[in-house]
Amino acid sequence: MTTAIAEAVSDTRHTAPASHAVWTPFNAHDEGQRLIKQWYTTLETANERKEPVANVFVMGNAIEILRSFDFHMVFPEINSLQSGVRKTSAEFIRISEDYGMSPDVCSYVKADVGMMLKEEEHPVGKIPKPDLSISSNMCGTFIKWAEIWERRHKMPSFVLDLPGQRTSNWAVRPGDAQHSTDSRWVEDQFKDLIAKCEKITGKRFDIDRLAEIQGRVNQMVIHWNNVMELNRVCPAPYNAMLDGLTYIGIMNVYRGTVEGVEFMRRLEEDIRAKVARGEGRVPEERFRLLFSGTPCYVSMRRLVELFETWGGVFAYSDYLTFAAGGMDAAELLYDTSRPLESLAEVTALAAQRGLSNQFFAHERMEKQIRDYGVDGVVFHGIKSCRFVSAGMADTRDYISKRLNIPTLYIESDLIDPRYWADAQIKNRVDAFFEALQQRGGAGPLRGKEVPTGKGSLA
Amino acid sequence: MSAQITLAHEAQLTAILERCHTAALDAGIPDSNALPEGFTGTLGHFPVYFPDEIAHAAGLLPVNILGGGNKLEMKHADSRMGSFICSICRSTTELGLNGTLAGLTGFVTHPICDAAKHLAGIWSRNLPDQMSEILYLPQNPNTPGAVRYIASEYQRLRAELARKVGHPISDAAIRSSIRLYNKKRRLMRDLYEIRREEPWKLSCSESYMLVRAGTRITCEEHIELLEQALDAIRHRHVAAQDKPRVIFVGGFCEQPPLEMLEAIDDACFIVDDDLLIGQRWLNKDVPEDVGDPIWALAESYIERSNASPVQHDERKPKSDYLMAMLRAAKADAAILTAAKFCEPGLDDQLFWSKDLDEAGVQYLVLEFEEKMTSFEQMSMQLETFAESLLFALA
Ligand code: SF4
Ligand code: SF4
Repeated sequence: MTTAIAEAVSDTRHTAPASHAVWTPFNAHDEGQRLIKQWYTTLETANERKEPVANVFVMGNAIEILRSFDFHMVFPEINSLQSGVRKTSAEFIRISEDYGMSPDVCSYVKADVGMMLKEEEHPVGKIPKPDLSISSNMCGTFIKWAEIWERRHKMPSFVLDLPGQRTSNWAVRPGDAQHSTDSRWVEDQFKDLIAKCEKITGKRFDIDRLAEIQGRVNQMVIHWNNVMELNRVCPAPYNAMLDGLTYIGIMNVYRGTVEGVEFMRRLEEDIRAKVARGEGRVPEERFRLLFSGTPCYVSMRRLVELFETWGGVFAYSDYLTFAAGGMDAAELLYDTSRPLESLAEVTALAAQRGLSNQFFAHERMEKQIRDYGVDGVVFHGIKSCRFVSAGMADTRDYISKRLNIPTLYIESDLIDPRYWADAQIKNRVDAFFEALQQRGGAGPLRGKEVPTGKGSLA
Repeated sequence: MSAQITLAHEAQLTAILERCHTAALDAGIPDSNALPEGFTGTLGHFPVYFPDEIAHAAGLLPVNILGGGNKLEMKHADSRMGSFICSICRSTTELGLNGTLAGLTGFVTHPICDAAKHLAGIWSRNLPDQMSEILYLPQNPNTPGAVRYIASEYQRLRAELARKVGHPISDAAIRSSIRLYNKKRRLMRDLYEIRREEPWKLSCSESYMLVRAGTRITCEEHIELLEQALDAIRHRHVAAQDKPRVIFVGGFCEQPPLEMLEAIDDACFIVDDDLLIGQRWLNKDVPEDVGDPIWALAESYIERSNASPVQHDERKPKSDYLMAMLRAAKADAAILTAAKFCEPGLDDQLFWSKDLDEAGVQYLVLEFEEKMTSFEQMSMQLETFAESLLFALA
């Protein structure tokens, strides 16, 4: 094992199941920060150590295969997000616009280009040069972004083509003809990718290793599904938009690792305990909300504050589904006795049910509104992200007019501070809550029993 | 006598161009009672590429939905799509919501970008009676298995269309449509050949109208018009003017206003372009007499195809195909355009300009929107650009 992550966990790889671990106090935020820091630290020297590096996206990435070849994973989206959190995105964006990038394209791409022009100097450390990049058709911008790396690093990018949902009411079931066709195509691509990885790393593909990694992903997914379900209770134990970010960060960066499993196990344990104690994210939960879209990282604190001061909590965010690999929506686990076939089958289904859910968003939202007992839906339009935003106003129209659910639409950007109009956003948020108040909204699930979740590792 | 022939050809060409102009710029679709003979409905499809042959064989008139142009009044779409979305998506939404496209049997979009994919959801929410879907053409044409996957996607489409029209779509019908469309594509290649070899005989805006008309009328009528037009163009006697040779890129999806192309024509010879590249996506004949015509179409998508900013293909890096286009057209310079808010177009526009800087090729960067109405400033820019090119080339 040569990856940093693998090194970090090599001693514990074959130890007893994580559930036997000794109890120590757990703070998801602090532990998440520690893990992310550890990941960035190991990335810094990956090139020096001549270890393979892959650029990947959070949606559609074949991490299981890459990890089986001990690739280090760089997530450029997380780099851009972090540049927003660490207040350097404005400078990166300015540099890329000076270079000629349009004000109208994805600000994540611009932050990355700005960082490249600064010789990969990111506030979290130096980002290594990739040997391979994998983009997917989940977001069209991924492909264009990867083409920029192709030019810059003179290396090819592999586009993982994941056929998404074709029509509304797309009823594909595991194993049916359409699913088999799509899975076969995905499997063909995985085989192609494996051949490329073998060439880059000089290693033979190890299918047992893949199965082992998939086993860990399965454990993470079970915990993850339970964590998501636990937020159905009132009061909601966490804020899906804020706390959820840390959780999906670990779901992505540590996918398929022992540390990832351990984090998710302890997270579930922690949240279960909070629910048992009746502890909510906001001291007095008054409104349960669904957050659609991605947050504004440069004004994250403010965004949360605007809602929480009214007793509003985000019980669910569709971001948690599409940015965590869509696995919860696929309701599937890997069959580790058929690693590659199963990887393709689950990936194909996750792509359709989870990742591409933005394109027919109203269908799943209707269910999520019910499942999480929300009083209203908050749509956050991101000016430079058509993936989340292009259908949003129309979805909102559908949700508010046809389902009669109160909605709020606000607009800013992920990491470009120029688009945050505080007074305007605050006015809209306040007006939304006043309207909710007039409807007499309080969490309809108050007092409901804790759901048990779809699976259990206990 | 020969002058009379020339005049007759010119008059014929003028009449054809008028017919094409009217057809091409009509954002609507034919009424169900005004459908051409042999067709029972219309199938709208968004750019870039769509296998028209399958719709044609089903008896559905394939109509390339190209937005609303610069005369459309936006009444509904403004509240349904953010202002930061490209014009073609916004105006297509408007045409859906204002009833212009209410008569479509179905609407198909593609994974060319995220805004385009969202149109399928918008359609399904607002026009639930129409078949609306995303035809998942792959963004990975390089993995072995891509042809098989596309063929299965085409078979799925074929089955859905058959359900819609109420009868099966036979292989024989698809083969015969392939034959027709091959002919039409050959004629369009001839147009472009003239543009490259004798650009003074055919302007870009004229050739554009001739091609664009094919997005609205039947393939049969289009072939007839193209044949007559080509004959007339070949008989044209026009003196070659002193204008620089340029290529135009950026017209693969949202269409620039005709006035913009005319302004470029005034200053330069546009010897090649990527306007409506989907209509010319297949650049060689699709095999006609094969056992499985669907396979032939799928294979052609991968093996006999052009390139665009919205199709990733390891064999066609973006900078390579731009350079190849410049070389093949013996062009002196490039006009790099992009539709406002079009992420794929804007990204390539910038990186192409860097490639051209490196290669020492001159270029002009222009941004457009289909709803643009003022072109004076652009004309001045073009004039200056053309003069500097001529000066450099002298
Ligand atoms: S467009 Fe949106 S989903 Fe795509 S890379 Fe940018 S921020 Fe991510
Ligand atoms: S113009 Fe560009 S952004 Fe708009 S639909 Fe076409 S490819 Fe997508």
